Amino acid sequence: MIELRDITKIYNKKGAAVTALRNVDLQVEKGDIYGVIGYSGAGKSTLVRLINYLEEPTEGQVLIEGVDLASYSVSELRAKKKQIGMIFQHFNLLESKTVFDNVALPLVLLKEKKQVIEKRVYELLAFVGLEDKAKQYPNELSGGQKQRVGIARALASNPTILLCDEATSALDPQTTDSILKLLKKINEEYNITVVIITHEMEVVKQICDKVAVMEKGEIIEQGAVIEVFGNPKHPTTETFVRTVIKNEVPDSLKQAIQKDGNSKLLKLDFLNQSSSEPLISKLIQRFHVKVNILFANTTDIQGAMLVTLIVQLEGEGAKAKEVIQFLEGNDVAVQEVVYP
Amino acid sequence: MISTTITMDQFMLSIYQTIQMVSISLIIGSVLGIPLGILVVVTRPGGIIENKWVYGLLNPIINIVRSVPFIILLVAIIPLTKLIVQTSIGTSAAIVPLTIYIAPYIGRLVENSLLEVNPGIMEAAEAMGATPYQVIRYFLLPEAFGSLILSLTTATIGLIGATAMAGAVGAGGVGDMAIVYGYQRFDTFVIIATVVVLVVFVQVIQSLGNVLARKVRRG
Repeated sequence: MIELRDITKIYNKKGAAVTALRNVDLQVEKGDIYGVIGYSGAGKSTLVRLINYLEEPTEGQVLIEGVDLASYSVSELRAKKKQIGMIFQHFNLLESKTVFDNVALPLVLLKEKKQVIEKRVYELLAFVGLEDKAKQYPNELSGGQKQRVGIARALASNPTILLCDEATSALDPQTTDSILKLLKKINEEYNITVVIITHEMEVVKQICDKVAVMEKGEIIEQGAVIEVFGNPKHPTTETFVRTVIKNEVPDSLKQAIQKDGNSKLLKLDFLNQSSSEPLISKLIQRFHVKVNILFANTTDIQGAMLVTLIVQLEGEGAKAKEVIQFLEGNDVAVQEVVYP
Repeated sequence: MISTTITMDQFMLSIYQTIQMVSISLIIGSVLGIPLGILVVVTRPGGIIENKWVYGLLNPIINIVRSVPFIILLVAIIPLTKLIVQTSIGTSAAIVPLTIYIAPYIGRLVENSLLEVNPGIMEAAEAMGATPYQVIRYFLLPEAFGSLILSLTTATIGLIGATAMAGAVGAGGVGDMAIVYGYQRFDTFVIIATVVVLVVFVQVIQSLGNVLARKVRRG
């Protein structure tokens, strides 16, 4: 659907070359909700602007449905852009036009008939829940409502792709939630491929299927959200994951943990739904060990459960080894933790 | 009783002449200046149809005309004026230099108004696949409309000031009357009357501009 092939983007700022992206490869399948996360300056904004050619790559290719955007003429490219909707952090609505006229704009550009425009605009406003605001101006709306107008506008020309550039970063958590639900609904009902640029892991956690983590113009990690969350490899990814999934024992508890030769601290990450089985209970019965649960966290990633336990295991060394083997045999990632 | 050397008819005629000069040169000046301002914005580096030749030509022209004081422009272009209106004196002879004076000024003001438009709007327009004409027509001008009205208000007031100097080519108008009757013939009443008229003019135009701008900004 969307393919970025070995993209490098270099800006010339007052004679100095600034590399915004370096050798970036990315593939987004049809129907994906693809998250791109990174700190500011990581290059994610540039990356999303390549998809609708607001930015052209210095090297590499951008393919939409298998066709290189560079091969289009200027007018073909304009036509292609109409199939790619975009929403923005600061909404970018025309303050001088009503909600209706804002949503109608892409259709006006397509030179649609008045009746067609009217029908479509009311349909879209109903979809985003703003039928009653048609005659109002953007400055009379809340942030969430403005973004809904932005979404309705982006959908007006029936795009197959929706690009979201920090679309929820200017919104409060509740509003963010409702906007994300709306994006999910768009993805499901219209089968629109969604690419989301964000610096909030919460956004990725809530609606993305796949995620790419960016740092200094490069993609440092990418894959299915459940895998990246369950097993982050790069330190930056780890930092992002930890903003939504805690796996640290509180300091006060750390001090209280009694150290003795026979106990081990283990961090257990339950992957692949195995959390529905009474594994700990089985373990105690089978190996006759004492298990003290120090920390537990369950994170719901769109229906898939990610469970982390930190347990204190009391038993002799040999037994501990068996226990670890048993757990690993049941799809649990085991890691010994040591607190100084 | 007021003692003065002018008649009411003379006074009314001068007001009429000022209005005539201001409105005609404002209209022609806008017809030239507004497209000029738009062109400078869209062809500037980073503009939607970036063109260093067009920009590199228009930008200095605006600066050159804008740096010539009106009184000098007035006499400097007399040959051109003669060519266009077949005369170098009178009200219609003043309209040519007034127009040439105000068009680049309007161009510059329009440019500033358009540059104030949120760059995010331009990005949205580009993302929607709008043609350059559509960007100007549906995004740039509507978003800048309120500010454009204020720019034209400023230009109009500038023109009123310039018409006072048009007396140098016998154009008439209230400014000319103030010099010829008020200053040169020591008629204080004429001076005061002209100042009052000019203050009222400026006040009315500025208030009108503010009201209109507020109205379009609210939609």
